[in-house]
Amino acid sequence: MVHARKGKPPRVGDNIVFRRSLLGIVLVLVALMIVAPLVVIAVEAFSRGAVYFAESIADPDTRHAILLTVITALIAVPINTAFGVAAAWAITKHDFRGKRLLTVIIELPFSVSPIVAGVAYLFVYGLQGLFGPVLQSMEIKILFALPGIVLASMFVTAPFVARELIPLMQAQGRDLEEAATSLGASGWRTFFSVTLPNIKWALLYGVVLCNSRVMGEFGAVSVVSGNIRGQTNTLPLHIELLYHDYNAAGSFAAASILACLAIVTLVVKVALERQGAGRVQRPAALAGADSIIPETKP
Amino acid sequence: MRRRVLPGLPLALGITLVYVAIIVVLPLAALVFKAASLGPADYWRIISSDRAFASYRVTVLCALAATVFNLLFGMALAWVLVRYRFPGRRLVDALVDLPFALPTAVAGIALTTLFATNGWFGAPLSLLGIKVAYTPLGIIVAMSFTSIPFIVRTVQPVLEELDPALEEAGQTLGASDLSIFVGVILPLLTPALLAGVSLSFARSLGEFGAIIFIAGNQPFSTEITALLAFIRLEEYDYPASAAIASVMLLTAFVMLAITNLMQARALRYTVRG
Repeated sequence: MVHARKGKPPRVGDNIVFRRSLLGIVLVLVALMIVAPLVVIAVEAFSRGAVYFAESIADPDTRHAILLTVITALIAVPINTAFGVAAAWAITKHDFRGKRLLTVIIELPFSVSPIVAGVAYLFVYGLQGLFGPVLQSMEIKILFALPGIVLASMFVTAPFVARELIPLMQAQGRDLEEAATSLGASGWRTFFSVTLPNIKWALLYGVVLCNSRVMGEFGAVSVVSGNIRGQTNTLPLHIELLYHDYNAAGSFAAASILACLAIVTLVVKVALERQGAGRVQRPAALAGADSIIPETKP
Repeated sequence: MRRRVLPGLPLALGITLVYVAIIVVLPLAALVFKAASLGPADYWRIISSDRAFASYRVTVLCALAATVFNLLFGMALAWVLVRYRFPGRRLVDALVDLPFALPTAVAGIALTTLFATNGWFGAPLSLLGIKVAYTPLGIIVAMSFTSIPFIVRTVQPVLEELDPALEEAGQTLGASDLSIFVGVILPLLTPALLAGVSLSFARSLGEFGAIIFIAGNQPFSTEITALLAFIRLEEYDYPASAAIASVMLLTAFVMLAITNLMQARALRYTVRG
């Protein structure tokens, strides 16, 4: 049953023939372009049966890739979160020169292709890069090892937490924090008892999106990891490797793990948006931005 | 009255600057430094080689095609989500973000499997004589998929805020739906559409993971610029890789400037009071 708003005068585009055709076309395109890729992952993952699926996941190389991906996220996401909170605190609660420039630099990785990021890291830590020779003489391995993967992941996700927090904390202003410190609260106490409760949903929202990107990052990591099977292959790289080995079922089995992560991320995202997170990002929502501030307890 | 200064600036700003310097600025500066050390003649020779030019051409043309498709599809999708009530609307609304949540490599193998000549879409299309996988069409499909959410998410809030009185005024004056859409609604949506278009185009220019599986990656026909930078690296031709990556970086800066301009305009038109 498709209907326009009940009890209201018809608006532009409410003509029944137009409405049904447009809705039909859009839903078909959504099914073909967005739903079908998800379905094909599930179908291909089980194309050689559930036993083969289980064997693919339990394969030592796949297990190692999952472990490496989880370790990368466990390092990159907390550091990124600490950075995002620090950046948002500095930018929204203080005045200093160059704030605008700093904001632009923080958002920069969002515009840079992951491949460019990977290549750039090679020219810092690679043998032909700035620190490569020094690092080699000290026998420190950054590229083609875990540190390189973590660094590249931190580059591509640098803006994720900060860009959720900055618009929200900007809209909330500084009055509450100023009141707290004038009553004698320390900086940390002010942050944990006044600021954090007001930004917790947006913070979690940023962390969830950051984690999803770290676990799924392909381009930047494929440049710096060296693709050593069972050693520096993260899950997305392992999916590519299996796919090019003509092991489609194994590749899709591994891909199904990341697809599940994507679905969980979407569900959590919707739940957090109901709590008011994420909406400040939308330009028009700025007009009523104060409505997203959780009520402060007296 | 002088504002009370909140504590924590040295620590917070210190962490921020160190992180930004090590993680963001240092690598990009190293890339620019490496590309600059080539000298103008060599640099120009590399970035203007036939193979590099062919890669710019296919990347830009496919990104344009994908963006035009997303402009139409994204606007229709935002319209349907805001204006119509139908069962499953919230589900569709949530699914719009799937291309952002799904890792690009996963999207790449899924789209390739769908559009391969024996795939669900590829088989019927090949009967019609249309080949998608391993052709520029495949690149367009991958680019469209990864950038769908941009236009929907920039247009949606503007449509939600649109004042019904504007349309009613047109209706009472006897204007047709089409002329109200073209004359009243579309101009109001234009800033948001342009902001979405520039984001979508910029993302398509830099996309890698989803494309390399479906593109076929033939030099001069289906090799995107990001892949060429990657291939030069695998050939240990580091200067060439640096030069090509620097072209992509410069393009990203230009697109960022355009996007910021468009978003500032979109904000000016939507924030009231």
